[in-house]
Amino acid sequence: MNALASAFENRPEGSDGTEQMGHRVSGDLDLSHGVALYLEDISVSFDGFKALNQLTLAIDAGELRCIIGPNGAGKTTMMDVITGKTRPDSGKAYFGQSIDLTRLSEPEIAHLGIGRKFQKPTIFEQHTVFENLELAMKTDKRVWKSLLAWLASDERDRIAETLKLIRLNGEADRPAGLLSHGQKQWLEIGMLLMQEPKLLLLDEPVAGMTDDETMRTAELFVSLAGKHSLVVVEHDMAFVEKLGGLVTVLHEGTVLAEGDLATVQNDQRVIEVYLGR
Amino acid sequence: MRKPLTIRIISALDGKAWLALGLFLASTLVVVPILNLRVPEDSAFHVSAYAITLVGKIMCYALVAVAMDLIWGYGGILSLGHGLFFALGGYAFGMYLMRQIGRDGSYQSDLPDFMVFLDWKEIPWFWVGSDSFGWVALLVVAVPAVVAFVFGYFAFRSRIKGVYFSIITQALTYAAMLLFFRNETGFGGNNGFTDFKRVLGANITSPETRLVLFGLTAVLLAATLVFASWLVKSKFGRVLTAIRDAESRIMFIGYNPLWYKLTIWTISAVLCGIAGALYVPQVGIINPSEMSPANSIEIAIWVAVGGRGTLIGPIIGAFAVNLAKSWFTVSFPEYWLFFLGLLFIVVTLMLPQGLVGLWKKLLARKGAAA
Repeated sequence: MNALASAFENRPEGSDGTEQMGHRVSGDLDLSHGVALYLEDISVSFDGFKALNQLTLAIDAGELRCIIGPNGAGKTTMMDVITGKTRPDSGKAYFGQSIDLTRLSEPEIAHLGIGRKFQKPTIFEQHTVFENLELAMKTDKRVWKSLLAWLASDERDRIAETLKLIRLNGEADRPAGLLSHGQKQWLEIGMLLMQEPKLLLLDEPVAGMTDDETMRTAELFVSLAGKHSLVVVEHDMAFVEKLGGLVTVLHEGTVLAEGDLATVQNDQRVIEVYLGR
Repeated sequence: MRKPLTIRIISALDGKAWLALGLFLASTLVVVPILNLRVPEDSAFHVSAYAITLVGKIMCYALVAVAMDLIWGYGGILSLGHGLFFALGGYAFGMYLMRQIGRDGSYQSDLPDFMVFLDWKEIPWFWVGSDSFGWVALLVVAVPAVVAFVFGYFAFRSRIKGVYFSIITQALTYAAMLLFFRNETGFGGNNGFTDFKRVLGANITSPETRLVLFGLTAVLLAATLVFASWLVKSKFGRVLTAIRDAESRIMFIGYNPLWYKLTIWTISAVLCGIAGALYVPQVGIINPSEMSPANSIEIAIWVAVGGRGTLIGPIIGAFAVNLAKSWFTVSFPEYWLFFLGLLFIVVTLMLPQGLVGLWKKLLARKGAAA
């Protein structure tokens, strides 16, 4: 019954007639105040359960931020709000200075430059590795353009570069479904990079990776910071430590503590939350 | 270098496929007409009018099956209402054939007999212009397209998926069938349109007309196959299968699935409308039973039997099931539906890739043994 009800739910479309064959969203990203993402008093509840409770969070342009927190702290819901999958009950979500994310659809938000990696690697298993990157590549993604699209040589070069970066250049023509779990994670990260996003949201990017792969992923993320803003949700503390940067602890849908990893780990409230009350 | 579109369309099929297509067209456009008109009827090589009508009809079904495969096999959206679009195209062209009867009907009126029977004095507004071939040809394409676009827009925008979408399309075709059954709707009630005499002034029952319709169906089926191959091999086709496999991922990389689904859905409906328009003059009747839920389900069975997600599969499936049907309904008429149900169960359980999948598996086994 619930599924049917939500199937009929009428999703709000773009605010000012932005909903045409594709997504032309007016307004460029304004990073003039140095803030890439600003969440203010966001609340979301599901059937009375408060997944997010007046969450306020700011991510600077070029920052690499880690978000940690126990299960049910609201980490994934926060990403759903930022990417337009879930509408908050109240609060504001700004991308840059002027773009209100709570009024845009998922493709519109993706088009503005927010890329998202899911907790479970989500790639197109039937398509080849090359095709996965091709589909993700930043370009005009309207139907008409896709019908007539043909890869230019500079676009092929960009795909080749990304293949090298994610160490899958030997696997370009294999169906993505045949990759190992760690390789799938890397492919999804590669797809994100092909989108040339300004903000990357990475939900447990190293889950299922070997230690070696985990460390290489950390190096990749550190090298991406500066050019992009990154928000990484992760449980692997060794990985978080390797990334450096600020750590935000979420608990029961709100920010419990913020600071570098050592400070946060010594915070009495954080210890209580993690070790049980 | 970007390749010109014509080259891309040519390269949508490989050499073998073009050869097969050429042989198919040569046999339907040259060999069959000769065997029908020039070879005496008592010869073993004579192709009967019955066989031509049967194969012509099945080619229309094959066109519908390819249309169904585009939306189901590639788009992952199971429609159980494709009979509606087929019927809409059929009715539009059927009305043209009714107008071609002229004053040769039972009532010797300018109006089609069923309108005289209803005591109507003039052609209702929605059939104005139906005596013009050009206008009707436009209707054959435009009516299914508009109905599909409007219905699809609201369904896909509301993110109706899976079994819910299938049920709603089934309800849609059922509702349309009930509407068309009413005499007052102006579509001939439960008799529909029949007793056609002419098409474009030519006698509709003459062997030559029959062969022209047969050849035209073959050409359109071949053209549809080439068009569909190009479509599924374009980036559009890759996005479509990506939506089928991981819709949330495709949204988060910036594609709006709504317009992709709507495009393939509308194309699929238009192909069904064209198939319906070719079907009616060959079979000689169109009535609301074409919109019955069972008919639409049967379309899905053709595709499943042949193998969805391949373009040749649905054509093989349409031929296999319908040839079996025309044999069964003569030899064991009461068992046909049981057989159809059994076929669907067996294919679903044992041959998820259909006959094409079975063929590939056998080839692979042979390759491994050698």
